[in-house]
Amino acid sequence: MADVTQLIHDYLRHNKKFPHVFCAGCGHGIVLGSLIRSVHALGLPKDDVVLVAGIGCSGRMAVYVDFNTVHTTHGRALTFATGIKMANPKLKVICVMGDGDALSIGGNHLIHAARRNIGVTALILNNQIYGMTGGQCSSATPQGDISMTTPFGSLEKAFDIADMCKAAGASYVARGTSFHAIQLDRLISSAIMHPGFSVVEVFSPCPTQYGRKNKFRNAVDMYKWLKSNTVKVETLKEPDRKPEDGRIPIGVFRDVEEPGLEERYFELQRKLMGQNR
Amino acid sequence: MSKKQKGQTRVCVYPDWCKGCGLCVAFCPAKVLVLNAFGKSEVANEDECINCGFCELHCPDFAIAIKPRTRSAPGQPDPRSGWSDPEAEHGRASPPEPTPEPNPNPEE
Repeated sequence: MADVTQLIHDYLRHNKKFPHVFCAGCGHGIVLGSLIRSVHALGLPKDDVVLVAGIGCSGRMAVYVDFNTVHTTHGRALTFATGIKMANPKLKVICVMGDGDALSIGGNHLIHAARRNIGVTALILNNQIYGMTGGQCSSATPQGDISMTTPFGSLEKAFDIADMCKAAGASYVARGTSFHAIQLDRLISSAIMHPGFSVVEVFSPCPTQYGRKNKFRNAVDMYKWLKSNTVKVETLKEPDRKPEDGRIPIGVFRDVEEPGLEERYFELQRKLMGQNR
Repeated sequence: MSKKQKGQTRVCVYPDWCKGCGLCVAFCPAKVLVLNAFGKSEVANEDECINCGFCELHCPDFAIAIKPRTRSAPGQPDPRSGWSDPEAEHGRASPPEPTPEPNPNPEE
């Protein structure tokens, strides 16, 4: 186990303000560490990795790591990532978004990126709340849960990100949690190496805005909840249906090899160039 | 875990980076860490550490490092790891800076 932390520190920008802005117990820090370990395990050079982030708590992630990073406008992280991937398909583009970023304001971009099957890795950090702006109800807040704007419980159903991306046509869809860090490493590594559009939804607890309004005493309680309320999708009898006891299935939901948009584009380019000669 | 595997590691917590979320304290299987009076994580009984690596993987603030113990004299670099010296690291408040990469184009 030695050297894991040193490895992470080698990838951090130590001239930025540390410790980072995430609250005590926030899962985003664990996901950041997992992302760094995955990139290191794949042996990718720092210059070949682009981290695109939107606005929100998860958007701060791009500031801290020493890759090529872009901190973009709210919800538009995937559009910037699409442009980067089309311009230089050799780069590994990782797009870090929160649930508000990916589902609410950038919901259209997410489903269209999945439809196009562009070779970008979308990392959706689902903390079930708008954490940075003060704890408003987001489109991933579960029904009945209390937030700043829904003091008597949310009336709306939450999005199931994995189901939505699967329906929209993403070729790699997985879900992990920040408690299951070793599994998350594996999911992120295989998502980065996947040729088409790959989505990894990560449940990342928000103890400050979500937890203390929903009867979690502290961050540790939220991680214990994650530990006891998740089930591996491989162990389910019917993987396509949700478990009746309300547990969250985690694991790889879809993994098909399809060429990404940029591959098809350059293939067309080669074909047309050949015709002109 | 057998007893043989205990006591082979050094657990280093950097208090300047720790925010005191208590994850390492709550989930450590060997109860190595405790929260101190400042609300930060502190090593209580290092000899019980079984080197599972949970705290290192799950610390959101990258404030815990597990390193092998050395038998070399203090001050000597540890040949087994990229760290300078685990014994010297033990009392540090913040983690060491990343090792600078050599500049491939010194002209620029």
